[in-house]
Amino acid sequence: MVITGAGIISPMGQNWEENSAGFRAGRMAISDISLFDVSRQRVGKGGQVALQESAAEAGISRSAWQRMDRGTRLATTAAREALNAAKIHGGNLPVIIGTSAAAMPIGEEYYKNAHTGMADPRAQLRRVETYQVQRQMVGMMRALDVHGPLRIVSNACASGANAIGQAFHMVRSGRAECVLAGGYDALCELVFAGFDALQALSPSGVPRPFDAARDGLALGEGAGFVVVESAASARARGAHIFAEILGHGAATDIHHLTQPNPQGDAALLTMQAACAMANLAPAQIDYINSHGTGTPLNDIAEGNAIQRWAGDEVGKIRVSSTKSATGHLLGGAGAVESVICLMALAGQWLPASLNVRVADPICTFDLIRTPRDAVVQRVLTNSFGFGGANATLIFGQEGLT
Amino acid sequence: MILSITGTGAVTPAGWGVQAIMEMLASGTTAPLSQLERTLNGTNISTPVRRVPVEGATTPKIARLRRTSSISKFAAAAAMEALGETRLAASAAGNLRVGVIFSVLNGCVNYSNRFFGEVLADPAVASPILFPETVFNAPSSHLSAMIGSSAPNDTLIADGTGFFTAMDLAVEWLQRGDVDGCLIVASEEIDWLSAEGLRLYSTDYIPAEGAGAIYLEACEGTVRLLHLPDPVTFTKLSRAASALAIRKTLAINHHENHLLVDGRVGISRHDLAETLAWEDWLGARWSPRKVLGEASGASASWQVIAAAEAIRHGPFSTAVVSAVGGNQQAAGCVIGR
Repeated sequence: MVITGAGIISPMGQNWEENSAGFRAGRMAISDISLFDVSRQRVGKGGQVALQESAAEAGISRSAWQRMDRGTRLATTAAREALNAAKIHGGNLPVIIGTSAAAMPIGEEYYKNAHTGMADPRAQLRRVETYQVQRQMVGMMRALDVHGPLRIVSNACASGANAIGQAFHMVRSGRAECVLAGGYDALCELVFAGFDALQALSPSGVPRPFDAARDGLALGEGAGFVVVESAASARARGAHIFAEILGHGAATDIHHLTQPNPQGDAALLTMQAACAMANLAPAQIDYINSHGTGTPLNDIAEGNAIQRWAGDEVGKIRVSSTKSATGHLLGGAGAVESVICLMALAGQWLPASLNVRVADPICTFDLIRTPRDAVVQRVLTNSFGFGGANATLIFGQEGLT
Repeated sequence: MILSITGTGAVTPAGWGVQAIMEMLASGTTAPLSQLERTLNGTNISTPVRRVPVEGATTPKIARLRRTSSISKFAAAAAMEALGETRLAASAAGNLRVGVIFSVLNGCVNYSNRFFGEVLADPAVASPILFPETVFNAPSSHLSAMIGSSAPNDTLIADGTGFFTAMDLAVEWLQRGDVDGCLIVASEEIDWLSAEGLRLYSTDYIPAEGAGAIYLEACEGTVRLLHLPDPVTFTKLSRAASALAIRKTLAINHHENHLLVDGRVGISRHDLAETLAWEDWLGARWSPRKVLGEASGASASWQVIAAAEAIRHGPFSTAVVSAVGGNQQAAGCVIGR
């Protein structure tokens, strides 16, 4: 199972090239939020995408673009880049997409208008219809001329990773030759206020994953998509192969709805399961793109899981959190971070955990604090969702297995 | 691999438990109507709905459910009925890997409504207790915690046909050996936001609430999953053409021992695609949504459960279940002895 296409849009940039350059340079992409009123929130910063606002730039019809919510526009941009990279121009391929907030901004508008008592029923019906994520994704598929079965995964922060994992299994089992998979989320007021209410956001707006004095995450938005294809199909049509998918693990953390098991039990299960599937030992993993939110509880749980997983080899395990640069992309995080891993494999460099002043003692692994060149053959990415949905993916350079 | 439905559970406007659905379908009556009221600018807005009765509740008494809204409580009750005490004990002891797949359309609308209202009023005092319960996968998280299972847990969003997509994913897990059995659960709750939203499509819609659950495992059971084709997505084909396509793929003809459980709600415009697709069907036919109301993501689960019970207790040997969603896909399955 190989990846023959990849696309990305994040606060770091509009496409693969811009994102690759940004992560390679160790650039921060957190800015003031202007999408909605944050004047009464504790925090006013996040990873906001400078999204193109024209249908022509996005390469789709104006009417289709107008019906899309912000998240779907992000998803369409990344999915189109992935399909173009794979040289696939439509067809009957399954689509598996992860999202958490879906088209929430439209739901927010419906809510506000329903409270006025003077809303135009036709406008409200349009909002109800376009608020529904499956309606948005069917619209995206039409715009991309893709027509297979659609599956929408909503496993909170693990949505995107599990969507790619499901695509991997679908191809691996022979059910499909080729699957478009990814994840996305756009910033929205309800979710932003929710994380603020939980006091999960860093008051400074600067996320510092694995810093001893980290004080929370930053929220971001974006989308990442890949084309997962059987190696036979890819080779038969002469497609460029970005990487192989070597393993996927999924498990559920039942400790608490919003807090991970402090020892990282489920995280350990997913890492072990993915490695078992890939037939790899921890020492053979060149880099971990951690879930690394920057909240006190998450980073300890993940650090413990990595220590338990790697054992005596933990000091050699190179880890970073790219959420330090973009913020946490929620349903899009796992997919965007998968694409960042593909960039690391392609460019032979490792992205950094930015903003670390003093590393937390949990970091017995090699915490990458500035981008560095490296030999990168196999990478692992973790996604641990709200509600306990945990996922791990492993990618490797083509031809290693 | 032979896969069988070996457990069913339901919470519906007919009552708590699968038996209540079957009794109502047999009686020829419909679930009681009530009015959902709210006042806006001094005017009363009333929406007819079919709600789950308060009496007879079988919500499990577990700490995780104390602060949840109805969607999680319904899901937990249905899941427990489908799983049963023996399998619950085995799961909790770590001797049975039970995966959870949760299917939903509207999701946690009660707490989303309340929380966003608080945010607009003053975000500084919006409740941190409410927000976690607004997330789509909160109910499924509670289910895994309830049964003590760290096996995979996925939440899928779809239109009213999503339960078939959830079954499809469960089949994948079982065929791969990732789980020993899978709880497939769908649940929805009523709130004025979603109820009024549904009636923007047609004032003939009667919004409903509740949950349905099946337990699917690899065994030679009485109720077997015989055919679960890929859904037909509304990307290229119209809704009507998709309905016809899935009907052809399901490839079953009427017979005295065959039952069709369709997704019609009793609104001609909505039902037209499915009516035309199955116009040649002369055999027995049930339409649970006409009886129980439109519960979005949960309704298809009630169709599957009714079909499964009809096979388990007779007189039917085979049942075809069909549903044509609002804006995603046409889907269905065939189950039988």
